[in-house]
Amino acid sequence: MRTTSCVLILAATAALPFVSQTGQQPSGAPATPTPQAPAPLIPSPVQSTSPPQKAGLQLVVLDPAHGGTDPGARGTGGIRESDLVLNLAAQVRLALEKQGFSVLQTRQGNDNPSLDDRSAMINAQRGAIFLTLHVGSTGLPGTVRVYTLPDSSAAPGAPRAMLPWDRAQTFFLPMSRKLADLAQGELSLRFKGSPNTPLMAPVRQLRSIAAPAIAVELSSVSVDDHNALDRMVPGVADAIARAVAAYKPVYDSVPIGGALQ
Amino acid sequence: MNPRWRNRLIAGLALAVLAGGIYFPALRRRIRRAAQLQAQSVEQARRELLNPAIGTPGEPREKTRLFWASADADGSLNPVTIELPLSNDPVLRSKQVLNTLLAGPVDAELRTLPPEASLLEFYLLPDGTGVADFSEALANSLPSGIQSEKLAVDSITKTLQANVPQVQRLKILIHGQETETLAGHLDLTGTFVVSGGAVADPAKLTPATSPGKLSPPEKKP
Repeated sequence: MRTTSCVLILAATAALPFVSQTGQQPSGAPATPTPQAPAPLIPSPVQSTSPPQKAGLQLVVLDPAHGGTDPGARGTGGIRESDLVLNLAAQVRLALEKQGFSVLQTRQGNDNPSLDDRSAMINAQRGAIFLTLHVGSTGLPGTVRVYTLPDSSAAPGAPRAMLPWDRAQTFFLPMSRKLADLAQGELSLRFKGSPNTPLMAPVRQLRSIAAPAIAVELSSVSVDDHNALDRMVPGVADAIARAVAAYKPVYDSVPIGGALQ
Repeated sequence: MNPRWRNRLIAGLALAVLAGGIYFPALRRRIRRAAQLQAQSVEQARRELLNPAIGTPGEPREKTRLFWASADADGSLNPVTIELPLSNDPVLRSKQVLNTLLAGPVDAELRTLPPEASLLEFYLLPDGTGVADFSEALANSLPSGIQSEKLAVDSITKTLQANVPQVQRLKILIHGQETETLAGHLDLTGTFVVSGGAVADPAKLTPATSPGKLSPPEKKP
């Protein structure tokens, strides 16, 4: 299993030696970096010499976290995060499609793509945003929190215009924050006790996403009956779909794939 | 049966049920509290056996601020001030406060770190980077989730910030190895700014380093 994971990570690294602003792999890029080689760099979207291309928000990549051998958070009543988020993703997908968005899921069943494979799925897309869905072990039951990465700066030693691809979120943080503001605002209206403003946490999955990206976490698997969580799902799906619809004009007003600097 | 005696019997039974109804919740609470205290004392005894106190009796007792979860269960931390004999050496001092943090508060519900976890070693690099090496139980027994993992790291960084000013940032290792996440969510590949809570400091992130290796300390100009 460990060998498979390593191969998958290497495969994802090889597939993304350079992520361009459009998410396409440029020709002539090195094929397989060695594990010791420094992480490949991605050009800053705003530093690019090519004219900016307008790509409006069309696609939402939904990431039901965990899966396969990784059940995620587990409740005493046998509730598994990996199952709950799959159901949540299906409902969010329907709500987003009603709003006219295309939706891609990082997993459809009980499999567990690596974190880098999940990132690779969105980094190959244009006009897309990323939402990773979680159910935590703690927190006031019936509340929902939205997270973005904390403030960051360029990685040490990298030129100002370049950044290792696994730190790609750095370029997109301001736009991720705007999306998080809208999502948390909608969610706090529906779920009392939820924070009014989004939170920041160094969530690993978000770090390598070259697009606006947020993590949404429901509380929690500690409830005795999963029906309590199931009842939250329609409200969460509706809130997210409304937030994404409200976010579309913001995204579309930014020239290059939602990246602000 | 004589109807008079039957009525008395029914009244007696009704009184007994009423008394039971009133007494039962209090009894349950008392049993739960006793079980909790017993679990804590067993855990404390185990910890003292496995991790003898680092401080020597001659060390002065100081007011120490430890950060455990708030009783509101809202994902915030609550500082608790206790007196501990603390060393002046920043490494020993860090071990002392982290071991006390791991021992947990009186109310086990307010724990931020699993009771099975232990601090294996603590190093302090010349640039102010603290390296805390925890046992695997920290990752395996911590409730999985963004909030719970953030709370765990925040409690460690805030406790160090309040008591060991020499530690400016923190690298967390699990059993001597760098791991990608704490319990599936929080990124452990970088360092955490001790003064700012569980905020990974990307300026100190170590891209493409091999697992278990740390980037060399920053050279000061």
